[in-house]
Amino acid sequence: MAFIDYYQILGVDKKATEDEIKKAYRKLARKYHPDLNPNDNEAVKKFKEVNEANEVLSNVENRKKYDKYGKDWKHADELDKQKQQQQQYGRGQQGNYSNYGDSDYSDFFQSMFGGGASRANRGQMKYKGQDLSAELKLNIRDVYTTHKHTIVINGKNVRFTIPAGLKNEQVLRIIGHGGEGVNGGPNGDLLITFIIENDTKFKLDNQHLHTTVDLDLYKAMLGDTITVDTFDGKVTLKVKPETQNGTKVKLKGKGFPVYKKEGEFGDLYITYNVVLPTHLTEKEKALFTELSKLRMP
Amino acid sequence: MKTAALIPLHELCSHYEVEMSFFNDLNDIGLIEIKTIKKTVYIHQDKISDIERIVRLHHELEINMAGIDAIFHLLQRLETKEAELSSLKNKLHFYEHKIN
Repeated sequence: MAFIDYYQILGVDKKATEDEIKKAYRKLARKYHPDLNPNDNEAVKKFKEVNEANEVLSNVENRKKYDKYGKDWKHADELDKQKQQQQQYGRGQQGNYSNYGDSDYSDFFQSMFGGGASRANRGQMKYKGQDLSAELKLNIRDVYTTHKHTIVINGKNVRFTIPAGLKNEQVLRIIGHGGEGVNGGPNGDLLITFIIENDTKFKLDNQHLHTTVDLDLYKAMLGDTITVDTFDGKVTLKVKPETQNGTKVKLKGKGFPVYKKEGEFGDLYITYNVVLPTHLTEKEKALFTELSKLRMP
Repeated sequence: MKTAALIPLHELCSHYEVEMSFFNDLNDIGLIEIKTIKKTVYIHQDKISDIERIVRLHHELEINMAGIDAIFHLLQRLETKEAELSSLKNKLHFYEHKIN
């Protein structure tokens, strides 16, 4: 992660008072607020930066941590704890290592481990293991119901739950199944990106499904009861007389499951495609002609 | 009158954590229109996006009602000018294309 200078973002000095920070934040927030800069992505980006800087610098504790640890300020508590442990360890071993002195270490290293730190102490830092990424291709039918799935990562079976309604390109974080931690640190996480392939006639739009159903001219004109496919089976549907081409009907609750809301489903939208007859017989042509005359003014 | 498209103001008060007087003030300066039906006060659902914007400006930037009114007025003018600019650009592009 690159270091972000929050003081520079707010345009204040490192010794700025709380009031000065507040004033600078208000000024910049008014300048870049998205509601005052419609359709300006640059302003939105700046506003986020200004907010982030203010959240850190307007909080006394966070500001202290930021001043001390810079980009690592969020881990300040862990770093402080490690520093204490290292100092205790350093005091216990001081006699053996005193010949090395402190001059070999950078200010940063000394600030982390204190004056009694030694080369041996470098190895004591605990690091979280690396996060691993994986991609998993699933069929849309696989995410219609919640189920368990097992994959093999580095020779180990990892079993996890795939919740119904999972979206394409959604990422699931499986805690602790990434790279091994260093010096007893926690394992990294496994980040799985799901690629959902859809080979059905249903188009997915959030939790709603869309499909087209062909309707012959006579059913469209006179109305009828038809059977249509939904994602989990067939249903009968009443077609109103004089249904126009492109008419949409909604089947409530017949769509896709809503992610992490067990038992909740979106809707299924059916668009009627009225199919006109072709290869008319002479008798049909005559009847259509007769019909058309009835409509003539 | 049908209330399907109307949202009771007391619901908005608890959702946005503002007092009823906040909406009354907005009504007074003409930024929103409050409707009263059978002793319940409502606002039309189309105005929700405006209200959200007003609440953000008021809470995040501490802008008072008069300021919000002025901002809305200027934003409206900005929108009109942007539409005009876009239309003129299109015309210019059309004539440039014709000349070339």
